[in-house]
Amino acid sequence: MLEWFKQPWPWYIAGPLIGLTVPALLLLGNKTFGVSSSMRHICAITIPGKTPYFRYDWKKEAWNLFFVAGILVGGVIVALWFSNPAPVQVNPELSKELAAYGVTDYSKIAPADLFSWTSLFTLRGFLLIVVGGFLVGFGTRYAGGCTSGHAIMGISNLQLPSLIATCCFMIGGFVMTWLILPYILRL
Amino acid sequence: MLVKENPVKPTAVNKEPVNTDYEVRSENAMCVNESTLDKPLVSNIKYALLGIFFGMVLVKAEVVSWFRIQEMFKLQSFHMYGIIGSAIVVGMISVWLIKRYNARSIEKEKIHLENKRFHKGQIYGGLIFGLGWAMTGACPGPLYALIGNGATVIIVALLSAVAGTWVYGRIRNKLPH
Repeated sequence: MLEWFKQPWPWYIAGPLIGLTVPALLLLGNKTFGVSSSMRHICAITIPGKTPYFRYDWKKEAWNLFFVAGILVGGVIVALWFSNPAPVQVNPELSKELAAYGVTDYSKIAPADLFSWTSLFTLRGFLLIVVGGFLVGFGTRYAGGCTSGHAIMGISNLQLPSLIATCCFMIGGFVMTWLILPYILRL
Repeated sequence: MLVKENPVKPTAVNKEPVNTDYEVRSENAMCVNESTLDKPLVSNIKYALLGIFFGMVLVKAEVVSWFRIQEMFKLQSFHMYGIIGSAIVVGMISVWLIKRYNARSIEKEKIHLENKRFHKGQIYGGLIFGLGWAMTGACPGPLYALIGNGATVIIVALLSAVAGTWVYGRIRNKLPH
């Protein structure tokens, strides 16, 4: 049982479980599923300045910070007791392409060749971690939600703006992966 | 968006400023707290427990893996499409049932879902987030899960994402919406 639990979970188990987070939050306390807003609350707590966008009663949204703290703890629990000892299995096509960029380490869930403290101080790592992170924060807030808030919660509630946003997430991802990332990975 | 109209016209007697806190919080936010119940901070523990469950699923299904996101955008694997697709189907049925039966939360509050208004930010912001998603291989949920899972360098990515959020807040009135 534990051995099975440690294996990577298939999509048809994980997807429905993620989907159930939507009614769980609604039934627990009338909360709509979303993660990226937590970063706005962090701004509102730490450095709101004079920006009206960050001047609101963040305590009313404290539940969201508890939720994301839980996500972090979930990551810890898996690492401690349920982690998969085998390397990440990827499509052979992808590993062939990545090998050309010197990405060969599959031992960690985030590729150690790209996402490590040593990599952070290379141009390639800096772009992926710092610039990439910035675009995630800026873009999700500009769009008003991320994969959870728009793609899952929004589309579940049949919101056309969320469907448009999700299509744009995908277009942005395709443009980066096919047109820009090859140049970054070559650095 | 909820518009609270003040029925009383402001006069010399009634000069109290209208509380716009809810409106400010609703701007470009997906998850605005709708609850009017006043609850102690401890009551939020249940959301932390649900977060733990969600975080564990994200890691166990490798949604947090840059490799899986690459496979998705390179159309080399069905995995991520299956996850997002089936999550939406389950979410959709759940929301439909909740609306159909006028379900109430465990605190006996009527469940309320806001409609989203379209603005250009969903296009421009969506495209920008998409670029970042393919770079970091993580959307905001996985950023937290990865840090917990031991990829400590992702703390830098999260701080950078918070910085991105902050810069957006600063310049948002100059951006097309």
